[in-house]
Amino acid sequence: MSTATATDKIRVLIAKPGLDGHDRGAKVVARALRDGGCEVIYTGIRQTPEMIAEAALQEDVDVVGLSILSGAHLELFPRVVEELKKRGLDDVLLFCGGIIPEEDTEALQKLGFKAIFRPGTNTQDIVKFVYDNVKKK
Amino acid sequence: MDELVQRFLAGDRRALARIITRVENSTLEGRDYVRALFPHSGRAHIVGITGGAGSGKSTLTGALTAELRRRGRTVAIIAVDPSSPFTHGALLGDRIRMQDVTMDPGVYMRSMAGRGALGGLAPAIADVVAVVDAFGFDYVIVETIGAGQDEVEIAGTAMTTVLVNNPGTGDDIQALKAGIIEIADILVVNKADHPGADVLVSQLQALLALSPADQRRPPILKTVATRGEGLAQLADAIDEHRAYLEQTGQLAAHRSEDARHQLLAITQQLILEEIRRAAPEAVIETLTGRIASRELDPHTAAEELAALVLPRG
Repeated sequence: MSTATATDKIRVLIAKPGLDGHDRGAKVVARALRDGGCEVIYTGIRQTPEMIAEAALQEDVDVVGLSILSGAHLELFPRVVEELKKRGLDDVLLFCGGIIPEEDTEALQKLGFKAIFRPGTNTQDIVKFVYDNVKKK
Repeated sequence: MDELVQRFLAGDRRALARIITRVENSTLEGRDYVRALFPHSGRAHIVGITGGAGSGKSTLTGALTAELRRRGRTVAIIAVDPSSPFTHGALLGDRIRMQDVTMDPGVYMRSMAGRGALGGLAPAIADVVAVVDAFGFDYVIVETIGAGQDEVEIAGTAMTTVLVNNPGTGDDIQALKAGIIEIADILVVNKADHPGADVLVSQLQALLALSPADQRRPPILKTVATRGEGLAQLADAIDEHRAYLEQTGQLAAHRSEDARHQLLAITQQLILEEIRRAAPEAVIETLTGRIASRELDPHTAAEELAALVLPRG
């Protein structure tokens, strides 16, 4: 519907749901996406699912990336997805990263996460993933 | 487009967010949204918050918003952070300091990248402010990129400009030479629990005493934004300044100055776009090369380029 121009910027929200306070990984990813030319909104640690979805709405992001190290992803991620849907944001590209066991991959894919990045990922792969999969509005 | 405008006018925040993106990207469609919504704007009080990097602008903006909400007013926040000059990407982190207010349905908070604009603002700032104003917020707070001594453009957009200072960041000569002091309607000494706050207040008072006697003296307020101290006084000072602008006719003058500025800036942009459309990249390349090799001076080259679309006088 809108005419894409060179000034269209990909807007990404990088968020950390839950209680773990380690955000080095999230910051590294945010920085890599910035260096890749995206406009990255970083909201800091200890975000509730409601805060993440509300930030995604207000900032009109194209992509939401969740970082988690606490192991609570199967509790928190479904609630983030639910809050996004509640606000009509079912067209945003979702990815996640952190300490996420292989056996949880399928459950997260079913929730709508298009990629899971684990420790050791090359940040350039994340940037490429975003550019390859984003749908401009 | 009409459907989104209808939703916007009905108070749908997602429509607001989506329209801001289109306006920010300066698409032709974005301009049509401004056309549709501009008639609804002009009611909000626009407050600018500026000051150095790390002076506490974001925290102060969040705390001021909380104070205005306690008074039953609605608030939109536009917080600008810098874009990379090389990759044009940006890391926008102002929400981190405003967590307490961003879940409030009476608050809308939007991060904006500077996208290379000068003056600590963003290219589309005036249009975006008009759009959030049209949505019906009582206050629109524009927080600039960390500003130093000369980023005065915020005073064009904002009706009330708040300059945030900190103790221990330079002697009074720094303040004396800074053009940015002259645009401040309210001076805030934030982090006032740090040593040197009272010294800074008296330095600022002494500095203001040098300005002409018939000029309004901006109030100097001490705040500790992290603890919410001094925010009621700041909110009062903003309302008092608004009343002063109305009583003295300066609000109308400000609006008219801003309108003139926008008219000329947008016209300049339109002409530039027209030139970019008319001039093949090869022509620009050739002219660039001739300037770089000193064969042609930049003024003559620019006149040749402009002549592609402008009638010869």
